[in-house]
Amino acid sequence: MSATVASASPGRSWMALLGRWETLLVVAIAGLMVLGASLSPFFLTPGNFANLIAALMEVAIMALPMTLIIVAGEIDLSVESMAGLASSLLGFLWASGVPLGVAIPIVLLVGALGGLLNGLLVARGGLPSLVVTLGTLALFRGLALIVLGPRGVSNFPPAFTQLGFGHVPGTLIPWPFVIFLGLALILGIVLHRTWIGRQIYAIGKNTGAARFSGVRVVRVRAGLFVLSGLIAALAGIILTSRLSSARADAGAGMTLTVVTVVLLGGVNIFGGSGTIPGVVLAVIAVAVMQNALRLASVTVEVQSIALGLLLILSVVIPNFAHQAKSAIDRVRGGRPPPAGPVRRGEDVPA
Amino acid sequence: MADPGVAVGSFSAPARGRWLVVVARQRELSLVAIMVVLGGLVTLTAPQFLSVANISQVAVLASVIAVAAMGEALVVITRNVDLSVEATMGLVAYAVASLLERHALDTPGALAFGLGLGLVLGMINGVVVTLFKVPAIVATLGTLSIFRGVDYLVAGSHQVPLASLPPGFTDAARDSFFGVPIFVAIALIIMVIGSVILRSTRFGRQLYAVGSNPEAAAILGIPSRLVVFTAFSLCGLLAGVAGILYVMEFGTINGTSATGLVLAVVAAVVVGGVNIFGGSGTLVGALLGALFLGFIANALILIGLSQFWLQAIYGVVILLAVSADAILVRRIQRATAARRVR
Amino acid sequence: MSGTPGNEPPTATHPRAELRGISMRFGATQALDDVSLALLPGEVHALVGENGAGKSTLVKILAGIHQPDSGTILLDGEPIVIAGPAQARASGIAVVHQEPRLFPDLTVAENVFIGHAPPGRLGTIDWGSTRRAAQALFDQLDVQFDIAAPVRGLSMADQQLIEIAKSLSVDARVLILDEPTASLSAHEVERLFAIVRRLRDRGVSILFVSHRLDEVFDLCDRATVLRDGRHVVTTETSALTTADLVRYMVGRAVSLFPKVETPLGDTLLDVEHLTRAGAFRDVSFSVRAGEIVGLAGLVGAGRTEVARVLFGVDARDAGEIRLGGVPVTFGSPSEAMNGGIAYLPEDRHQEGLVLDFSIAQNVTLPILPRLFPRFLVQSSIERRVAGDNTRQLNVRMTGVDQLVGALSGGNQQKVVLAKWLASKPRVLILDEPTRGIDIGAKVEVHRIISELAASGLGIVLISSDLPEVLAMSDRILVLHEGRITAEIPRDRASEERVMFAATGNVEPIAGGDAVAGALDG
Repeated sequence: MSATVASASPGRSWMALLGRWETLLVVAIAGLMVLGASLSPFFLTPGNFANLIAALMEVAIMALPMTLIIVAGEIDLSVESMAGLASSLLGFLWASGVPLGVAIPIVLLVGALGGLLNGLLVARGGLPSLVVTLGTLALFRGLALIVLGPRGVSNFPPAFTQLGFGHVPGTLIPWPFVIFLGLALILGIVLHRTWIGRQIYAIGKNTGAARFSGVRVVRVRAGLFVLSGLIAALAGIILTSRLSSARADAGAGMTLTVVTVVLLGGVNIFGGSGTIPGVVLAVIAVAVMQNALRLASVTVEVQSIALGLLLILSVVIPNFAHQAKSAIDRVRGGRPPPAGPVRRGEDVPA
Repeated sequence: MADPGVAVGSFSAPARGRWLVVVARQRELSLVAIMVVLGGLVTLTAPQFLSVANISQVAVLASVIAVAAMGEALVVITRNVDLSVEATMGLVAYAVASLLERHALDTPGALAFGLGLGLVLGMINGVVVTLFKVPAIVATLGTLSIFRGVDYLVAGSHQVPLASLPPGFTDAARDSFFGVPIFVAIALIIMVIGSVILRSTRFGRQLYAVGSNPEAAAILGIPSRLVVFTAFSLCGLLAGVAGILYVMEFGTINGTSATGLVLAVVAAVVVGGVNIFGGSGTLVGALLGALFLGFIANALILIGLSQFWLQAIYGVVILLAVSADAILVRRIQRATAARRVR
Repeated sequence: MSGTPGNEPPTATHPRAELRGISMRFGATQALDDVSLALLPGEVHALVGENGAGKSTLVKILAGIHQPDSGTILLDGEPIVIAGPAQARASGIAVVHQEPRLFPDLTVAENVFIGHAPPGRLGTIDWGSTRRAAQALFDQLDVQFDIAAPVRGLSMADQQLIEIAKSLSVDARVLILDEPTASLSAHEVERLFAIVRRLRDRGVSILFVSHRLDEVFDLCDRATVLRDGRHVVTTETSALTTADLVRYMVGRAVSLFPKVETPLGDTLLDVEHLTRAGAFRDVSFSVRAGEIVGLAGLVGAGRTEVARVLFGVDARDAGEIRLGGVPVTFGSPSEAMNGGIAYLPEDRHQEGLVLDFSIAQNVTLPILPRLFPRFLVQSSIERRVAGDNTRQLNVRMTGVDQLVGALSGGNQQKVVLAKWLASKPRVLILDEPTRGIDIGAKVEVHRIISELAASGLGIVLISSDLPEVLAMSDRILVLHEGRITAEIPRDRASEERVMFAATGNVEPIAGGDAVAGALDG
């Protein structure tokens, strides 16, 4: 059935395809769990679950604002460097005697400001986000190196390490997971139930029409980058807490995983479609996969290969599914279908 | 009705079109100008800057990046990007070093293998982008991860020491050919050949066409997918060359060699005036961009600023270059519009 | 063969290109049904029909983009199969599309010869020959061009000329012009027509696809009308009147524009000495409730630019805007909206609608913050608002949840209107509201606009369609290169007078009677 009727939430306007995508993820997760359980008796224990997700939580948290940014048709490559800058700044302030209660808000503020830099250059300056965030990827990492140099700071108080390393009392649920779920709930509501989310989809599908319909495109875009910077800083703080160590190279390589998770969640790289629940499922899928691989004694390097493959497949499979669907539609009758997955700003023939 | 015989001229002022070409040239000229000015300033604080030895060193180091940047430029001109070049460089570097260490192949053989490997890796990128229709950002982020993973896997924790390379292998980094360092000569030769191809062959023009207006290119029957595939393949090949140069320069290679270089390569391309939206830019620009960045790195060291400033400066340079491009384009557009309404 | 009235006269020479019995089906739609058409050498042949009549399918078949399901194509009497665009070109068929397909970063000369530049040594391109050949072509067309300049920044009209030069460079014997005048000023249209006539005199067969019937009569020797994929008539244009043509196209006699008389109310919008550098200067006018003020002028005169400033998209450099007597400055479309101004943009695909959204989602997009002050969207309210606003406009849809991309052009335009009406504006600016819409929908849109004025809105109507402006406006303001050259009340308006002002002849506002008298008399 071709999609000629939209349902309430624009993210589900490709219900046919996306609905299948989220089910696919659930199936994949189930499959991976079976695999993991067969690899090791420890797989299904609560302790393992806790470990399973803890290591991915910083990436997961950054993936949430990244989802909104990609839906809006942009990208933020600088998140890993902002996390590093946050870690580095936190270490520097702490080592200089600034109490954590003051240092943490400062770091978060820096995160927001960094995001604002991205936001201004992209939204007001009209510069392509790919290149701008490539530049800030370098700039923020550079600032991190200038602030802390090659050293690490590790004498954090135990209360602080509880944030990244500890659990909700009485359970084995790591605090970062709680933060992730809370953030997912908030951003999920924003994207799927508020008109801000509607505007984000509009910007991603047709920026011109959005602007001419009174959507404050500049504000929304800039705001998304500020959010991304802020959350990246938060992720950096959590990372520092979990590893009990602040380093300038913290978070290196995370951008790739974040983008992988988001695309795996069914978000279209060109913008205009994708859901938060999809990304949450993708986080779980990747966590299970990484854990299963680790239990199977697969090295970090090979995991890196798997991640790269996953990223590519997350685009190839929907492409393929769409082409199959178009071919079926064509045979069944109707107008010639559009040339590919509908991209931002492109017409669907009338 | 107007007399049809009267030659009603073009409504666009001819001078403006010329101006665009001049402005593009300006990018290359202004890079040279900035380097000269900065060079002067640096020499005041650190006179050793102007020595032949120093300038040669800068040029040699820059050549490695320049070769990779020229390959990247080919891809960017077609409106794509290749983020995996550093992984290709690292993998080729390790492969060549390892082959030589284990005497599995003689030097020419190892070099040929390295080039072939680079080409194959580039072709993989090309296939993923053109055949599987994965957008270049995503595709090359993925292959970056895959190639790097393979590199780690193959290398393990092993490091090929300089000593186990054939004697004289690393001399190429220091030797000169009629006064021109070999690395620089290689970079220049690639630039000349590449520029001729870009300027005067059908394939070269097709690269620009595909980047300038992909839809029109498809309709006119230009084999866009083949063109893009070839661009990625050549990029991989040149990244392979850069990887080989890397071995000759640094000698000691392990699984993490060449990490972080993708920023330098993309920065060189962007600074060199190759438009990130495709359709324009030159290899000369990419080469000058690489030289410019190497120049800044060198200046930093000589002034006494720590190495840690380099990343930040790369970042600022990229941001400035993109902003400058945008401002320029907007100024041209405003001038065009103003000319239409007096 | 089907009995087609008005076939070529028995003394005609052999056709250069001929389509016989062409049929083409897309899924459930029969785009072309047994259509036959013959193009004679040295003629300009119009192809006319409403949207969906099959014109673009026919063009695409000749261009090699589609292959017909049945029928034959003959070139100079020989049947051929046009397998693809390259083969069409090789057979001497060239198409100039509405949007020129040029490469902005390559030079004019290179664009003309793209794909077939003269080769030099060793498989390289001989730039010298290319430049000389390009220059020769433009000399033939009698136009000046800097052939070494990049195409980026050239006007639409210039880009079209380059496309025509391209067709000459492959020695095209059949030239198809697809809606070529849509974005051209009158001056540029004249230049284009002069070139077309020159080509015709050299024996080229030209197929001229157009919605503009006055141009058909001006330029073309014969016309073919298609309706619903079928051939209706082919005849000499001298044997037709506009009414005849419209009747063939639509199948019924149509009175084009319903007009409604409305008593005028308070002044809603006041514009004084509005200036934006590079766009327009010293523009002053006012709009009253119930009034339709037409903004006429050539393409590029600055009308859309004025609208964009009023709507907050661009900033003004000088002058004042007053809404209901209160001076306002709008920094963004959302501010303008809240102030009571709505703007229906020229390009409904790029600026008017999100094609992937439903009708309801499009209609509520501008007023979302207003409808849902507590951020959460309730689809029941959305649907109700959308339903209310589309019902009065008679939008043909399966429901407010239908994706807007699935609607016809006319209905899409109605959705854009509905969207703006939902924002309860006081002043509505319409920019080319009936462009690209077929006649049936056009009449409906005009009726709606009349009703809106009658309900108390002030309307600014920007249109390049002179008959439309003349019929609908209470007053016509004419812009030329950014300045107002005339303000013409309805009872004194005529096409000649508007064109006179549009080409730069300034009419004194007071004492315009003398000039008016000269034009009327």
